[in-house]
Amino acid sequence: MTARWQRTIAGLAALALLAAILLPLSSDGPENRLPANSALLTLTFSAALLFLCAGWMTSPAAIGLGLAGVLLGCGEALLLLGKPGIAGQAGPAFWALVIGTWLAAGLCVTRLAAIKPTRPAARRALDLLVPLLFGAFVLYLWEVAVRGFGVPAVLMPAPSAIMARLAGSLPVLGEDFIQTFVRGVLTGYAIGCSAGLIVAILAHRFAFLGRGLLPLGNFISALPIVGIAPIMVMWFGFDWPSKAAVVAVITFFPMLVNALAGLSAAGAIERDLMRSYGSTYRQTLTRLYLPAAMPFIFNAMKINSTLALIGAIVAEFFGTPTRGMGFRISIEVARMSLDMVWAEITLAALAGMAFYGVVALVERATTFWHPSYRT
Amino acid sequence: MTSSAVTLPRPLPRSRQWLIDRVAPVLVVVGALLVIWYVAAMLMNATMVRDSFEREETPYGIADLIAGTLSGERPVLPAPHQIVASFVDSVVNYPPDSPRSLIYHSAVTLSATLLGFLLGSLFGIVLAVLIIHLRTLEKSLLPWIICSQMVPILAVAPIVIVVLGSIGIRGLLPKSIISAYLCFFPVAIGMVKGLTSPDPMQHDLMRTWSATRTETFWKLRWPSAVPFLFASLKVAITISLIGAIVGELPTGVQAGIGARLLAGSYYGQTVQMWAALLAASLLASNLVWLVSLTERRVARIMGVRT
Repeated sequence: MTARWQRTIAGLAALALLAAILLPLSSDGPENRLPANSALLTLTFSAALLFLCAGWMTSPAAIGLGLAGVLLGCGEALLLLGKPGIAGQAGPAFWALVIGTWLAAGLCVTRLAAIKPTRPAARRALDLLVPLLFGAFVLYLWEVAVRGFGVPAVLMPAPSAIMARLAGSLPVLGEDFIQTFVRGVLTGYAIGCSAGLIVAILAHRFAFLGRGLLPLGNFISALPIVGIAPIMVMWFGFDWPSKAAVVAVITFFPMLVNALAGLSAAGAIERDLMRSYGSTYRQTLTRLYLPAAMPFIFNAMKINSTLALIGAIVAEFFGTPTRGMGFRISIEVARMSLDMVWAEITLAALAGMAFYGVVALVERATTFWHPSYRT
Repeated sequence: MTSSAVTLPRPLPRSRQWLIDRVAPVLVVVGALLVIWYVAAMLMNATMVRDSFEREETPYGIADLIAGTLSGERPVLPAPHQIVASFVDSVVNYPPDSPRSLIYHSAVTLSATLLGFLLGSLFGIVLAVLIIHLRTLEKSLLPWIICSQMVPILAVAPIVIVVLGSIGIRGLLPKSIISAYLCFFPVAIGMVKGLTSPDPMQHDLMRTWSATRTETFWKLRWPSAVPFLFASLKVAITISLIGAIVGELPTGVQAGIGARLLAGSYYGQTVQMWAALLAASLLASNLVWLVSLTERRVARIMGVRT
């Protein structure tokens, strides 16, 4: 971004804040204005000043000043929402404040992203900081938009309401988590992944079987396997075994295809070497084929970690005992309490990311020697 | 030295070799699976058939029992020929606009899938183009897109349907939005990878020709991204179909393959459910085949060496 653009955006942000001082705060009564409250007035002026600093100063420290201004602006908007007569009927001044803060935040994040630190630690920290700031600001915009426009909670609850609901119903969420994740997902995942691996080893040992299974596996991975959920519910009942069965079937094929590709990844020279050592098939398998297949197996395990959670939740749409994440989502949607649904989705998202993260960590710990990690 | 000592076996013609190497194993495995399926169907349905014989107090032999397990009205596991018969029956014997025809249900799901695929792919491409040109977006948005891959997105499906339904948007669009939401991720990720795949040398070459950003995009980045695009599209079209099917579940929509599955599970119509699954599989494989056909066409038009 050129310096000129920078100054323009900072200027616009500051102008928006000045407009916020002049315009009415709520749409019903024009008498409600910012200058009536001297503390808020000071806050607005200092935020505008900090935005101008972020636009005109070239040193990286100016970004910090700008972010401080953004923080002030966000705090002010949240404070205003707490006052009577603004939430649900916010006036032009309020939106001017939000837009000004938005512009300034965009400017700061853009300037942050443009910095190229030479030290790797600083670069990693920056790579973490920029998306976190972005995510936090999106959450803030969501909060402000929902409460400022007075969007009914049955359409879109505010993040604060979701967090409150999340904190307030931890026992229920914990029960759902154990039912869906610990019982359904983990059991099915373990069964599906190990079965896929064993069949892959067999298919690798007997080449004819492999040539028959690979096209079939590729074909079946492209099919909507989630559709077997109602059949599994019929076979294994409403409780968690049916969910584990769906998860096992869904995770089987990616593991089969990937592990088969991985077992064939060992080079001809390595195979010859094992033969020249006179090693048996079992020795070759554990010392050469399986280690060479590790990255592929972990790849399948990562893909499966996402698929497993989806499979279990969708299977619960077809019938469950009165607990479980999918059950809670479908029942609370019908009761229009969307804050609980979002709390459940937050839980699912956290569980999904943690699951993926654990698999990735185990991969790092066990295949650190692989060329793909040495760079 | 003469060559009389060694006689090499004549290589088989290519087509015969292909049959032996590729087709025969698949046929054998499929055949074995079918046999396993029939045996499983006999075993799983046996108790039910035996009970019904004993309830009616008719004497029965092994042959009756086996025939009963393979022709039951509501078997635990229907035999393959029952599924195919039910599928053919619902395709042939009913007009395509009857709610008992699988063509009708498939068409409903297919339209949602295609609309969602179109919206999602376009959105993914636009997002990828923005991301590679704006460093801010790359730094701030891309990590979130990757993170969201680890989130069970289908869990959001009921909310989308209900929320859109309560503001008056019903029918095709909510389902397509779920499909689009599911399939924009692989397209966006694949396209970012593809658009950044030209190496610095090629970029330098473009610079020596003093190409503008637009020219670099259309003459270098876009063509090298096309293979990545099609790889992503193949993933996208299958999960777009899954999204459309799952999108039909929460509201109990009357039409579509997902609704057919749900109705089958409510009324214990196992054969109908398996037939719906068969329809979904046919749909999925045909869609993937269409995408790869387009891929080959485009590759030939663009002059890719094979």
